[in-house]
Order: sequence, then structure tokens, then C-alpha cells
Amino acid sequence: MSTPSQEQARPPLVEVRDLVKHFPIREGIVIQRQVGAVQAVDGVSFDVLEGETLGLVGESGCGKSTTARLITRLLDPTSGSIRYRGTDIATMSRRQLKPLRREMQMIFQDPYSSLNPRKTVGTIIGEPFVIHGVEKDDKRRKARVQGLMETVGLNPEHYNRLPHEFSGGQRQRIGVARAIALEPKLIVADEPVSALDVSIQAQVLNLLRDLQREMGLTIIFIAHDLSVVRHMCDRVAVMYLGKVVELATSEQLYSNPQHPYTGALLSAVPVPDPILAAAKTRQVLTGDVPSPTNPPRACRFHTRCPKAVAGTCDVTEPLLEPKERGGEAACHFPLSSSEVAEAVPTAR
Amino acid sequence: MGPFIIRRLLWTVLLLILISGITFFIFYELPTADPAALRAGRSPSPETLALIREQLGLDKAWYSQLWTFLSDLFFHFDFGTSYVNDLPVREQLFERIPATGFLVLGAAVVWVVVGVSIGIVSAVFRGTVWDRLLMGGALLAISAPVYWLGLVALYLFSDDIGKFGILPGSGSYQDADGFFEKGHALVMPWFVLSMAFAAIYARLLRANLLETLSEDYIRTARAKGLSERRVVLRHAIRSAVTPIVTVLGLDIGILFGGAILTETVFNIPGVGRYAFDAIERGDLATIQGTTVFLALGVAVMSLIVDVIYAYLDPRVRY
Amino acid sequence: MALLEVRNLSVQFETDDGVVQAVDGISYSVDQGQALGIVGESGSGKSVSSLTVMGLTRARNARISGEIHFDGKDLLAASAEDLRQIRGNEIAMIFQDPLSSLHPFYKIGKQLVEAVQVHQDMTKAQARDRAIEMLGLVGIPDPRKRIDSYPHEFSGGMRQRVMIAMALINDPKLLIADEPTTALDVTVQAQILDLIQRLQSELGTAVVMITHDLGVVAEVADDIAVMYAGRIIEKATKETIFAKPQHPYTWGLLKSIPRLDTPRDQELVPIAGRPPSLIVKPQGCSFHPRCPYRHDACLPQDPPLEPVPQDPGHGVACVLAHDRREQIWAELRSHA
Repeated sequence: MSTPSQEQARPPLVEVRDLVKHFPIREGIVIQRQVGAVQAVDGVSFDVLEGETLGLVGESGCGKSTTARLITRLLDPTSGSIRYRGTDIATMSRRQLKPLRREMQMIFQDPYSSLNPRKTVGTIIGEPFVIHGVEKDDKRRKARVQGLMETVGLNPEHYNRLPHEFSGGQRQRIGVARAIALEPKLIVADEPVSALDVSIQAQVLNLLRDLQREMGLTIIFIAHDLSVVRHMCDRVAVMYLGKVVELATSEQLYSNPQHPYTGALLSAVPVPDPILAAAKTRQVLTGDVPSPTNPPRACRFHTRCPKAVAGTCDVTEPLLEPKERGGEAACHFPLSSSEVAEAVPTAR
Repeated sequence: MGPFIIRRLLWTVLLLILISGITFFIFYELPTADPAALRAGRSPSPETLALIREQLGLDKAWYSQLWTFLSDLFFHFDFGTSYVNDLPVREQLFERIPATGFLVLGAAVVWVVVGVSIGIVSAVFRGTVWDRLLMGGALLAISAPVYWLGLVALYLFSDDIGKFGILPGSGSYQDADGFFEKGHALVMPWFVLSMAFAAIYARLLRANLLETLSEDYIRTARAKGLSERRVVLRHAIRSAVTPIVTVLGLDIGILFGGAILTETVFNIPGVGRYAFDAIERGDLATIQGTTVFLALGVAVMSLIVDVIYAYLDPRVRY
Repeated sequence: MALLEVRNLSVQFETDDGVVQAVDGISYSVDQGQALGIVGESGSGKSVSSLTVMGLTRARNARISGEIHFDGKDLLAASAEDLRQIRGNEIAMIFQDPLSSLHPFYKIGKQLVEAVQVHQDMTKAQARDRAIEMLGLVGIPDPRKRIDSYPHEFSGGMRQRVMIAMALINDPKLLIADEPTTALDVTVQAQILDLIQRLQSELGTAVVMITHDLGVVAEVADDIAVMYAGRIIEKATKETIFAKPQHPYTWGLLKSIPRLDTPRDQELVPIAGRPPSLIVKPQGCSFHPRCPYRHDACLPQDPPLEPVPQDPGHGVACVLAHDRREQIWAELRSHA
């Protein structure tokens, strides 16, 4: 379990404990029986501190998007608890959740498919007001929507335009405007810049950062791009096959990764500096990620881990615990400084 | 594949029972005339009516009648007995199935070959004069009523009354003997029946093919250095044709009982004509029997088509 | 003599909205066994230029001008049949999304064998052996068995390996890789880049790597060409591009991407505005509407790619004086 350290006096806004989501696989000729499950999220615990940006990183199938959707209750957990400001929302009904939805919003990855193509921008951004019965007066609502458009860097005169008339970056701003309309406390951003061109990514990232500062937002930031996560996030949780394998501050994670998987991830990131690129001995993982329907026993990473020790790693599951070099990792044999230096030249 | 087929088979059986039940209810609930009266002939006495009613089992409760109907159907393959001529519907159907079968399957071959070819040409030469001509022609073919086409064809080509008498005319199917003579007699009906379908399939294939040609794997095929011919015929068609297969199965299934106009114009003793005559005469038992038979045919064709689709598209099997 | 020489290539497409100037007079060359990285964002023309080299843009509504010479042959003057014999044989291409780039209905063995038999005189059995050999070379475990699998039965990384096997099966002299790792996870990306580099050194294949990721070209390329709005705005060796870039767009790219090797709290400096329309391109330098250093000399003409004094291999398309550019870059760097 992760607990705030002495320095972080911020209270947790969200506390996730032993969160599990299994998607059943059904088979059968006439009657479909459950023969197995995709263990998308398999016992995940972490806190999200108020006002921070927490990054969730991992590769396909690690469960980060599923975790995000569980927190905002777009999915129902199989088991576990999700405490938002002290109240467990894991099993709340839709009706009970509705008022909380004002405080938790999501931004999605694909700016091309996450906006309804038949609605005008004004309608899209104004929808939260309508749904929650805020600002019933049309004129005042329009004024607020236009204010939001300006805040995110859109021209308020484009109120009546349709999504296809905007570029990808602008559409993402529309998504952001809609998310902040009701001044939420928590924003879950699921790969918000992955589908954007490189020169536009910085615009949207800066926007999110500015908004966070102005509005005191807490952000859960999901991405696969480690460089983006490092820039945006205060703390980072690394996920692999449905579990959190490392949880640390950005400083700690990127200069002193503990878990071999984190090391491999960092080693794999291509750095735009030819000298560093030539200097590193990249740690290339062999094989593919195992299927989440049948994850390896004990430590899930042991089948691909260069440091795995038979008899330990395939027998006892390591727990997420604080390690002496800082942060928490779920590993019996965390990386040493020299191993890090060799594989990750950007670590300092 | 195995469990997939078994599951579909079981579903089909359930479906057949359901269809038969619904058909029964339609005829039980909404008869246009009293079956006993139809059976009895002119001015029957009440006693005769009562007797006939008992014979036909019409005095029993609805669920008893339903059970009789279903058990006759599934255990004895008994489709009922005609009220008009007292012959079992099944025998009458089986006599006529070869004619309709030959007509429909022959027409299907024609329309698939013609439709697919036109579709390919249209798609490959998209936007050119050829494309526009072919698609315009297709529109005409779809708009022309089958009976009109049939009559025009007879008027032009029938060897007894036509301008250029090159093909056997109306009624020649019944006189024909043997496979080739019968086939010869069906040449005009084949083309008449297939015209609208060929046009529809051409348009369908053209649309599918255009979409397929813009897929990434076609770009890969070209990047491999394959000839355009191979790219279209081996790679693109293979994908574009799979929706056609689904439609084809259903069309054939439906046509088995629906080629009434063609059968009438060319005087072919087929299933469609038989059902139509029964409707005219109010022969409820025959109508009921034929309806069930044709519904079963469509359900079975649907199953066959699904299995073929799974064979063509390996992703569907899992 | 260079293996591939492109001179003044322009490609236009007629569309309902107007004429799209996808590629606007670019020149570059690739030597035997060398790797050229083409960097650009969407709409930069990087993909179209390579598709044109392969002869895959010869649609009716395309107008192509310029010169493309490959191994001494003039590709633009070549007949469709000649080009077809070169495609997949001497020049091969792999694409971004390996799932949609392989035919879903055919086993990969069939697709690989086809790639061999269209160019080489082999029996089916021989072609199949060659296919198994290639699958092993690219790291597919148990190739003899997996050759009869369908594309959807492989993971993303494995599929891209299959695509690479298919591209290299006829021992091409040049491999064009269009965003080959963009759709893949980062550890898989590392495996694939590793594989491409290994094969490049083992087989001596020249590589053109098209990507938007500066990190990828830092690892893989020898030379780099940066494209914007259909033109090459800077071209140099990899070391030069990263150490001494001289075009405002290149600076913009380098300053706007988050990186692992610079301080965490360093501000990302986005490039203002949006990529231009390729139908109505800006007058003069196509980048100047977004350039923080623009001035009157940026109009009326699109500046040509000119060599930097003291370094003829380094070309820059910008009207700013060379000294001024060096100065600006020094300033930008010191803010790091």
C-alpha cells in the first residue's frame, strides 16, 4: 500500500485499494460458461494526492486505461475499493454517482472519434451544464461556454462550428473545455496527446499544465510516452500485466528506476541525441508480453526479466514496497546503480 | 469451426420450430374462410361441416392443433394435405422443386458471373465513361419489372411468336425432356430473372471493391510488385466478395418461393406458382405447408451462408 | 554514385478542393548501405515522396515531375512494368500498421511465398523454404509452424517482423520504412529498430526511415532530412542536425518535445499555429507564418535549400544569415 511520505502533506483525493477488474471469457455450445478471464487489472493500490499529477504508464495490455475507467466508474470493478474524498464509490449506483461526476471528468485519446460529429462545438462544451442542471439560462450558458473556449485557446466566434471543421489539436482543446466546464476536482486524461502531431502536443500539454495551476486540478495522466509523462507528472506508477510494479516520484523514477521493467522501458525510449544513443547498451526485452488471460505465476515479469532468479521470482510474488533508493517497487532484485547507468544513459 | 457449426445448427433448429409455430398461428388466428367450409364444397349441411371439422381436427384446442402440426412436420415431414385436391402438399412440392431449383440456380450462376464482372470493371475504371454507362445500365435493369422483361424477351426471341425466334418460348419447359432440353428452355427465363439481381450485385461489388482497394493490405500487395491484375483478382476480390456470399444465399433462399412472375410468364411449373395458385384458391393447408417449407429453406440457406462466410474469413471463426 | 538519387521531385494531386502540392521540389540521395532519416509531421510530404519512388502514386490525378534515379535507372521514365519488377525486389517498403497491412484472409506463408514467386524463379517448395528462413532471420520463434498462421494470430511486434521478412525476402538494395514503429509499444519498438539495424549491417541494405520521432532517427539514421509542407527545409548528417541545427522549424521541433535527457521542469516551447494547407500554401517561405524569427525577406519566395558555409553537406532553406542562425541556436541551447 502506498502512503504519503512525510514531505507530502497533501491529503489523498483518491485512494485505490486492491482494485480488480476481470473480463470474463465465455465459451460453450449452447450455454456459455465462463472458462477464464482477462485479468486486466489484478490488485492495484495507490493514492492520488490532491493537486498532483499522477502518471500511469505501461504498454498495451497493462491495464492503465482500464484502471482509469474504473476510477471514473465507466466500468464496474470486479472487487476492490475506490475512495474519492473518503467515500467508497466502487459499488455506487448510477444515481448516487451522478453528483460526483461533476467533480471527476475524463479526456480521451482520439480527438477524431471522441466528439459527436453532429453536434456543434458550443453544444458539446455546454452539455455538462445541461446534464447537471447548471446554468439553465441559454444566454448565460453560451457566455460561459465561450469563456471556456477562450480559456483553452479556441476562438469563441466558432461556437456554432462542427468538429470536423477543426484540426486534431483544436478538437482536443474542445475535449479539455468540456472536461473543465463544471470546474471538476479530478481529471483523468487517457493518452490526451498521443494522436497529435509533435508540434501540437506541446501546445496541449502546456494548456493542461496551466489549467492545473489556475484551477488546482488533480490529474491522472495516462500515457505510453515516457518522456511526456516525465515532463507532466509529479509521481508515476508503472504498470505491467494488471499490476503496479513501481511507484515513485518522477525524479526518483527517471534517475533511479528500481524495477527491471522500468529500466527496460527507459532503456527502450529513443532519445533525440545521437551521442547518448550510441553510448547506451540498450536492454532489449525478449519475447512478447504474456497474455493477460494467463499471466505468469508469482512475479508477472519473471518470464522476460534479465534478473529473474528461479526459485524466488517464479514462486513468491513480490509486493509493492518502499525500497532503499527511494520510491516503491514490487521486485525481489531491484536494479543497482551501475545497471541503471549502463542501460539508461539519461538517468543521473 | 466445429463448435461454431454445432451452435449454429442448434439455433437453426430452434428457429425452424419458431417459424413453424408462427406460421401456424397466422393461419389459425386469421383464416379468411372456414377451412371446413372450403373443404366441404357447395352448400354443406351443418352435420357435414361438423364431420369435416372433426376429420381435420379443427374442433380440438389450439395447442393440440399446434402440437399435431409441429409433430407432423418434424417427425413425419408432413406438410399437410391440400383442401382442394386432397393430395399431400409434400408430394406436390417435391414435384415442383426441380423446376424451380433449375431456374433459380441457373439464374444465380448467370447473375453472379455477370454482376461480379461488371462490378470489377466498374470499380477498376471508376469515374470513366465505362463506369457511368455500366452503372446507368444497372439502374435500368433494376427498374425494369420482371414480367415486362419476360414479355419483351418472349416478344423478341421466342421461337413461336418472337421477332428473332431463337429460343424456346413460353410453356416449352413443360414439353422439354432431359437436362439439356430443359436447360435450353430456361435460357430466356434465366436472363430475365437474373437481370435485376445482376445489376444489384454489380453495384454492391463495385462499392465493396472500391472500399477494399483503398485498404492498407492492397497497398502492401502493390508494394510487393504484384501485377495490378493479381492485386485486384486475388487480393481485393477475395475480401470484397464475402458480403456478396451472404446476400447470395439469402436471395436464392427467397427466390425459391418467390420467382412467381417468371414462372407465370414462361409457364414453368414451379414452387412459386404453386403457392400463388393455392392463395388464389384459398387452399389454406397448402398455403400453410408451402410457407413453412419456404421459411425452412431460407433458414437453412442462412446457415449454409454463415458457415461459408466463416470459411472465407478466418477472423470470424474465433 | 548514390544508390538512390532524387532531384527536384514534385508531386501534385488534383482533388475536389483544389490542387494539393504534396511534394514541392525536393532533392536527396542515399548511398549503398546507408540510412537516411526523413523527419516530418503529417502533411509534410514524407510518405508521398517515398511512395513516388516506389511508383505507387501514378494515379490518374497525380502530376509528377523531377528525377528519380535508382541504381542507374531512371524511375520516372520507366514503364509501369519495369517499376513493378523493381518493387518488392530491389526496393521494398514497410508500413505503419502491420495488422491492416497484411491480408487478413491469407496465411502469412502464402503471402510470403507470393512475394518470392513474383520476382524469382522458384518452385513453391523452394519459396516456402526461403520464407521460413526469413522468418527465422527476423526472430519469429518456431517459423516452420507459424508460417501457416493468419496475421491476426500474431502480436503487433511479430506482425511487423513478418512485414520486414516479406520486404527483405528478395534481398532488396533499399528498404523504405514508413513509420514502422509508431503503432508499436516502446519495448517492441526497440526490438524492431534493433532488428532493422542488425539486418542493415548483415545484409548491407540501404534504409530510408520515415518518422516523426526525432529519437528514432537519432538511433538509426546516418543522415537526416527534415521536411515541412512538402519541402526539405534542412538536411545534414545526424550529428550536425542535433548539434548545430539551423532552421527555425528544426529548432522548434527540438525545443517542443519532452525528452529524458533535459531537466524535468524545462518548459516545452510549442511551435505556434498549425501546419499549412497544401492547397493554398503561404506565400514565400511556407514556415514563416509560424516562425518567431520571420521578417520581410521571408517573402516573396520560398527559400531554396542552400549549403552552409564550411559544411557543404549541410543544407538549410532559410533567409536568415548564417551567423544569425548560429547565434540564435546558441541562445536557445543555453536556456537548456
